[in-house]
Amino acid sequence: MQPDEWQAVRFTLAACAGSTLLIAPFGLAIAWLLARPRWLGKSFVETIVTLPLVMPPVATGLILLKLLGRRGSLGGWLHRAFDFDIVFTWRAVVIAAAVMSFPLLVRSSRVGFQEVNRRYEQMARTLGAGEWRVFWTISLPLASRAIYGGVLLAFARAVGEFGATILLAGNIPGETQTLSLRIYEAVQLGHDATAYRLLLVCVCIAFAAVFSAEWLLRKKEVR
Amino acid sequence: MKLSLGNVRLPLSAFDLEVNAELTARRTGIFGPSGAGKTSLLETIAGLRETASGAIYFNETSFTGLPVRMRQIGYVPQDDSLFPNLDVRRNLLYGRPSAANQPAFSFEHVTQFLGIEPLLARDVRQLSRGERQRVTIGRALLSEPRLLLLDEPLTGLDRDLREIILKQLKKLPNEFDLPMLYVTHDRAEAIALCDEVLLIERGKIVGRGAPGEVLRSHISG
Repeated sequence: MQPDEWQAVRFTLAACAGSTLLIAPFGLAIAWLLARPRWLGKSFVETIVTLPLVMPPVATGLILLKLLGRRGSLGGWLHRAFDFDIVFTWRAVVIAAAVMSFPLLVRSSRVGFQEVNRRYEQMARTLGAGEWRVFWTISLPLASRAIYGGVLLAFARAVGEFGATILLAGNIPGETQTLSLRIYEAVQLGHDATAYRLLLVCVCIAFAAVFSAEWLLRKKEVR
Repeated sequence: MKLSLGNVRLPLSAFDLEVNAELTARRTGIFGPSGAGKTSLLETIAGLRETASGAIYFNETSFTGLPVRMRQIGYVPQDDSLFPNLDVRRNLLYGRPSAANQPAFSFEHVTQFLGIEPLLARDVRQLSRGERQRVTIGRALLSEPRLLLLDEPLTGLDRDLREIILKQLKKLPNEFDLPMLYVTHDRAEAIALCDEVLLIERGKIVGRGAPGEVLRSHISG
């Protein structure tokens, strides 16, 4: 592999790891809330969280561009107040991957939290535990397999991200060029060997992540 | 101890649980057929179910609006409730107050009393039903409750094991200076363990008094 190809692989892995870490706390919090019985606005939150999964990635990218661009409400404010840009930087790659993989983390973790026997949480409370301690010592460990599975699926989805990324981050070699974008570019330029080499890397990463996730999700613990 | 259940009402699927009683015996039995509302009553006292109306007081402390964790109730439910992600020792220590709070009795005292010291390093999923019940009782005791609620803890155990645990339960209130409410549908257990029995049918108290007397009249009735 050429140095620039390795660079794309390293950048993709780092950006996807970053995006997965970024969404983990929010994703777990929302998954936990969605696993609770009825509360006001639950269906609305559920729908919003699922949207990136069903919408065309380019459409999600366009929304992000409108929001985070220099003329966008949030992006404009960040630029004026802190001279901080998101669009067409590595940060855009991380955000695009984070938004697109968020639903997978939430959905898988929610199932994990839902499968935790409520009896254990109730017993922890009778033993004097507050909600925070119940979460950290009972709910989270008992849902951990599903959460790890969700994290791996989210990571795999981030590696495969293309549509939202190209719109929000562009395709700048050495700066925002991920594996998917590099493959796209190689195909466009007729560099078939490069495209197939990177395709193989892509398949290996995705296979390892999805296989591990499936294994974790299948391997049930006594709950 | 004084546990006041003032006009407590809890709607259940087939009927309403309606209880108005003041319990003062150290070992009170709640006796009745399956589905009479016994477990629901215990869960209401523990705070796991919200009443539609009424007030619960324990030694002048109002339980109305008091979170479960602050009730200081040791609850041993009928179903399995040991945390599967923790070994026996960590299950036992889960509700243990910190050493700074000067526990009333030691960890060793409880484990010796229940005969569970050899189990401490075991995975709870490897325990037999009898072992699990004793660990659950130990865990509740070690949280230093003011009242112990036991929901048919001997159900499903063979006769020898029942006898062993029954002996431990008989000694328990005096050993740890702890009042208990004991739910059962077994006459022999109620007679052996309790100072007073409440007879519950379809959510209502239909008899109350010394176990022998109440349960005899229940048979003849």
